[in-house]
Amino acid sequence: MAGDKVVLLDTHVSAFGMRVRIALAEKGIEHEYKEENLADKSPLLLEMNRVHKKIPVLIHNGKPVCESLIIVQYIDEVWHDKNPLLPSDPYQRAQARFWADFVDKKLYDAGWRLWATKGEEQEAAKKELIGTVKTLEAELGDKTYFGGEDFGYVDVALIPFYNWFYTYETCGNFKIECPKLVEWAKRCMQRETVSKSLADPHKIYEFVVSLKKKFGIE
Amino acid sequence: MAKEDVLLLDFWVSPFCSRVKIALAEKGVAYQQRGEDIFGGKSELFLKSNPIYQKVPVLLHDGKPMCESTNIVQYIDETWPSPPLLPSSAYDRARARFWADFIDKKLFDAGGNIWKTKGEDQAAAKKELIQILKYLEGGLGDKDYFGGDSFGFVDIIAIPLTNWFFAYEKFGNFKVEEECPKFAAWTKRCLGRESVAKTLPDPQQVFEFVSMMRKMHGIE
Repeated sequence: MAGDKVVLLDTHVSAFGMRVRIALAEKGIEHEYKEENLADKSPLLLEMNRVHKKIPVLIHNGKPVCESLIIVQYIDEVWHDKNPLLPSDPYQRAQARFWADFVDKKLYDAGWRLWATKGEEQEAAKKELIGTVKTLEAELGDKTYFGGEDFGYVDVALIPFYNWFYTYETCGNFKIECPKLVEWAKRCMQRETVSKSLADPHKIYEFVVSLKKKFGIE
Repeated sequence: MAKEDVLLLDFWVSPFCSRVKIALAEKGVAYQQRGEDIFGGKSELFLKSNPIYQKVPVLLHDGKPMCESTNIVQYIDETWPSPPLLPSSAYDRARARFWADFIDKKLFDAGGNIWKTKGEDQAAAKKELIQILKYLEGGLGDKDYFGGDSFGFVDIIAIPLTNWFFAYEKFGNFKVEEECPKFAAWTKRCLGRESVAKTLPDPQQVFEFVSMMRKMHGIE
């Protein structure tokens, strides 16, 4: 869209930020990327997201949109003529929203507790994560992508977390057995929009290690 | 559309189920309702329709199940477009979804912390609830409803949760109206709508339910 000014406030390792980067790339949207230091948030971030003060924030012609899944839906609706991410059928859309929300409610939460805790709490998080991954594999089934033949909303919601698996595994000292997701992830990574948007798993792990040191975890 | 096409699996006091009922009423959609015993034996249909969370509400349309109340309300809006609940512009829809998400993440849990605790913990929980309501007042601004002149999506997401405020106020010994008059005025406005007034249970009954829950949790 000519004359559009699009800015993304983000941090490189954020899985939530990666979702937005993928969506912007899928639609071919030119934008300015601003890396935030979460230990010293910019006045712009604090103004654009007064309620949560979190990234990612998409600023479209000066107006902010917050919360990664809401941003992805917004991008899909505004730039609707290219690479649709959500299905057109209301029931399929409801299913897509449900599974993206499941990733937020279950995977993110268990994953965070996996690297930030120890002992019994960490073991419980490990168990939950394994269960969540199994559920996602069952939902994927034999489909190419979560929505069927085409890369879409749920894939965008989940693939950034796949790059966090290495961190979860290393912090939790275990292996996440998910052969179906591994194959699905390979397919996603073949898309340049995905491979160029994701942070390297080792960089993510280094970030978490420094965060743990900073907060005196372990 | 025949009544049997739309079935709601429900629990009478659930504000999340109320959201769905209000949305269906606003659209004039006829539906069947089945109360689930969420404390006792859950029905086979319920377990089959929501195996992941095993929670109400579940909406079955032509036998196809949908879960998570905010998700269901959006489905209702897309399937029966008139009158529209979500705004027409993409930006306004993003703002509406933002407030719905904020309410989902914060409001019910904050209220729960008030009736589940005592002393200092309860005081902190009250403070949090008021802060949340003040944010919502900011989102409302000088408008009659969150979306503007018309009752809509965010109002539907929020209003059933206020049905539990009487219980929070009694256990927490405070009044929402004194702390957040704008929010209280919006609440009264919504309660004046037939779809809301006919759907929401009597706050006194909600209070009695919460009292029972407190006993179950061993509080007091």
